[in-house]
Amino acid sequence: MSISPRVTLWLFTAVLTMANPLRAEVVRLYKNLLHLGREYPKGGDYFRDRLRAAFTKNKGVREPQQIRALIGRGEHVSRELEALYYLRKYRAMKKRYYEE
Amino acid sequence: MSGRVLVGVKRVIDYAVKIRVKPDNSGVVTDGVKHSMNPFCEIAVEEAVKMKEKKLIKEVVAVSCGPQQAQETIRTALAMGADRGIHVEVTGKDYDMLGPLQVSKIMAALAKKEDAQLIILGKQAIDGDCNQTGQMTAALLDWPQGTFASEVSLEGDTVKVVREIDGGLETIKINTPAVLTADLRLNTPRYATLPNIMKAKKKKIAKVKPADLGLDMTSRLEVLRVDEPPQRLAGVKVETVDDLVAKLKETGRL
Repeated sequence: MSISPRVTLWLFTAVLTMANPLRAEVVRLYKNLLHLGREYPKGGDYFRDRLRAAFTKNKGVREPQQIRALIGRGEHVSRELEALYYLRKYRAMKKRYYEE
Repeated sequence: MSGRVLVGVKRVIDYAVKIRVKPDNSGVVTDGVKHSMNPFCEIAVEEAVKMKEKKLIKEVVAVSCGPQQAQETIRTALAMGADRGIHVEVTGKDYDMLGPLQVSKIMAALAKKEDAQLIILGKQAIDGDCNQTGQMTAALLDWPQGTFASEVSLEGDTVKVVREIDGGLETIKINTPAVLTADLRLNTPRYATLPNIMKAKKKKIAKVKPADLGLDMTSRLEVLRVDEPPQRLAGVKVETVDDLVAKLKETGRL
């Protein structure tokens, strides 16, 4: 039985206390990546499963420095996805509308 | 100058979706198919938002014509940075036959009502591929037009537009108010990220009907039939040059 995103979210935020300001950032990152992943070429489900796996793998991390580094990595992935989507669309439009 | 820019955005079938023709050849299958903003409209929105960020203009108003779902497209424009939206409600048969002539009448009426300084549209929609709306809007308003824009610079009361034309690039200078249509290389549209979508929920979308603007949406066109393009025949491989020559003579090409 696979874990729902909601439970996963709860699992890894459970290790961060209410007072920890990084918790909000991690949650925000997860939601943003989930939203971005809906358009993933291999399918939103494929992306969502890997996103969950990646976050679950790091749910034990406590060091704020490490958490920030991981958040940084997540934000990098967000930017890569946006670039991927843009390039795909640009190349498709260029191919369809402009003679090489 | 009012500093207000009107941007037209169209809801079309997503560019990555494989289009299927309805069994009765009356049109294309749209039910349950993913829709998104026309890529050229995205470029138009980006250009307007960029102008606002550079403080060259004051307000970006996103306009879309269609049924309730057109509001999704306006929401995307708002998430990209537009200030408010106008949803012109067109449904049913009127929507099926909605084309450049009707949309340009709407844009012209709204431009007058909103006292727009600029109208920016995508050069064409990936479904209709008409490439007419911008030009018609300019004609109806008797405004200058900068079409196929790959570079736009607003300079006071004038706009310098670099246009992509067959021979290369053409630079023109036109007075505002004016109509611009965006070409592929004008800019790189930003992605409507989740935080921006959330922020955009506070922005207003006004709803208006063509009748309110005193417009008639009757179309003078009728779609008779929609067909798929002919299937590309598989190529034939030949072993030797002699075979190739023989084949070419066979099909009458030599």
